[in-house]
Amino acid sequence: MTDSMPRKPVPEPSADSRPHWEGLAAGRLLLQRCGACGRVRHYPRPLCDSCHSFAVDWVEASGEAAVHSWTVAHHPFHPAFRPDLPYTLVTADLPEGVRLLAQLRGAGPEALRIGLPLRIGFEENGEGLTLPVFRLRD
Amino acid sequence: MTLSGKGAVTGIGETAYRGGGDPRSALVLQLEASLAAIADAGLAPRDIDGIVVPMGTGGVVAEDFVTNLGIPDLRFSTVTPLGGAGSVAALQCAVAAVAGGICAHVLIPLGRTGRTGQRIGTRIQQMPQFRTVGEFEAPHGAIAPAQYYAPMARRHMELFGTTSRQLAEIAVTTRAHAILNGNATMTQPITIEDHQASRMIADPLRLLDCSLESDGGAAVVVSAAERARDLRQPRVLVTGMAEGHPDSPSAITQRPDMTRLGLAKAAPRAFAMAGVTPADIDVAEIYDCFTYIVLCQLEDLGFCAKGEGGAFVEGGALGLGGRLPVNTHGGLLSQAHMAGMNHVVELVRQLRGQAGAAQVPDAELGLVTGYGDLGDGTIAIMARG
Ligand SMILES: [Zn+2]
Repeated sequence: MTDSMPRKPVPEPSADSRPHWEGLAAGRLLLQRCGACGRVRHYPRPLCDSCHSFAVDWVEASGEAAVHSWTVAHHPFHPAFRPDLPYTLVTADLPEGVRLLAQLRGAGPEALRIGLPLRIGFEENGEGLTLPVFRLRD
Repeated sequence: MTLSGKGAVTGIGETAYRGGGDPRSALVLQLEASLAAIADAGLAPRDIDGIVVPMGTGGVVAEDFVTNLGIPDLRFSTVTPLGGAGSVAALQCAVAAVAGGICAHVLIPLGRTGRTGQRIGTRIQQMPQFRTVGEFEAPHGAIAPAQYYAPMARRHMELFGTTSRQLAEIAVTTRAHAILNGNATMTQPITIEDHQASRMIADPLRLLDCSLESDGGAAVVVSAAERARDLRQPRVLVTGMAEGHPDSPSAITQRPDMTRLGLAKAAPRAFAMAGVTPADIDVAEIYDCFTYIVLCQLEDLGFCAKGEGGAFVEGGALGLGGRLPVNTHGGLLSQAHMAGMNHVVELVRQLRGQAGAAQVPDAELGLVTGYGDLGDGTIAIMARG
């Protein structure tokens, strides 16, 4: 790998987040659920801020989502994303009670409005990392 | 006990600001600004006995000032690494230190090679405050502050009808102020149409919605209020101050209300401490990393209700002679990006009556805000006195 072939940022999983990343690699969106009170939280972290239990279960997200907000990236802040410009980053509400950020596929930003239903899919990013993506629900 | 009125900003200093090409290190820029601030107060470097470092740009630490300024007896040092909220957070720390009798004269230095050194997309990925978004959002291509903040602006637009032209009002007014300043890097006037024609960075934020990346230094000295009476400049007291952290401080994505910043928690506390209301404020220096962040803070400060910021800024309302003069120095958008320390300097100038062509007539009461990282908010209310 040379400087002329920049790499996209690679997550460095922690003990708290490793199951989440391993889930994505297998095409599953796994979310932390408190082992004591059942509250789902994201992003992964060690402690339930509601009941302060360290106990964690992992649950698979339903795959449903709804638009909360978005942006369209036009400027290459990172050279590895330059070939992808412009790309749409959507923040979406999940019925599990947390939000997810991912790129939009199969539609342009003009289709977006708050509350628009989405489906979560998965896509390998060309560098060996599987990430969630959003598509419009039919 | 209250901190209100226990500390005063007694010295201010700035280097020349440049849009790049300054060959000097961040430390040298901070030292030059510090010497200017100490001299402005009528103090000597040996009088400094406290240091708060808001942003250790270039790896600068308090010890560097002891060594270079020859400070014989430093009694207090700390850091306020809240990104752009750090400069105003440092004021609160300094006032607390002098009010507690720990020290008498606190230096707050800031300086950076934001243009010549590491650029923003590289720099923030190394900051611990960005660790969470670095792991979970950067892989998707959310790399820089513009991309993290743009969804806040988009949601505000969708919920409240805020427009890009309203954001442009902020950019245009701020540029007009920079032209009056004499130490601003941007000196050509712009129009709303120029803003609308500027290239998109992270929709809805255009180039002219974004702050500069600059080389330079700015510093202030905070002194115990009773010691400030004997110093060189008209006294400017810090009468209200507060720090506030938004819900979900490490990820805007997960924030319950994306249109509410940490300042919404801090501002009511600062106004209560100072015993004033937004209607009493003569001039406001509001952290302006992006135009939208100014608009949102105007709401969180209580100058208007949530959702009404767009209408509030229309028609030159933030200009000199407008309903609330804002960023009379040109701000981060058009003077220089000194992480808000230039806002502190400007507020003190205004309250001393030393703001030259940008002077708000009879300015007696003003406020300065900081906005850091992913929504931390700080505020200081100051009064001539
Ligand atoms: Zn729990």
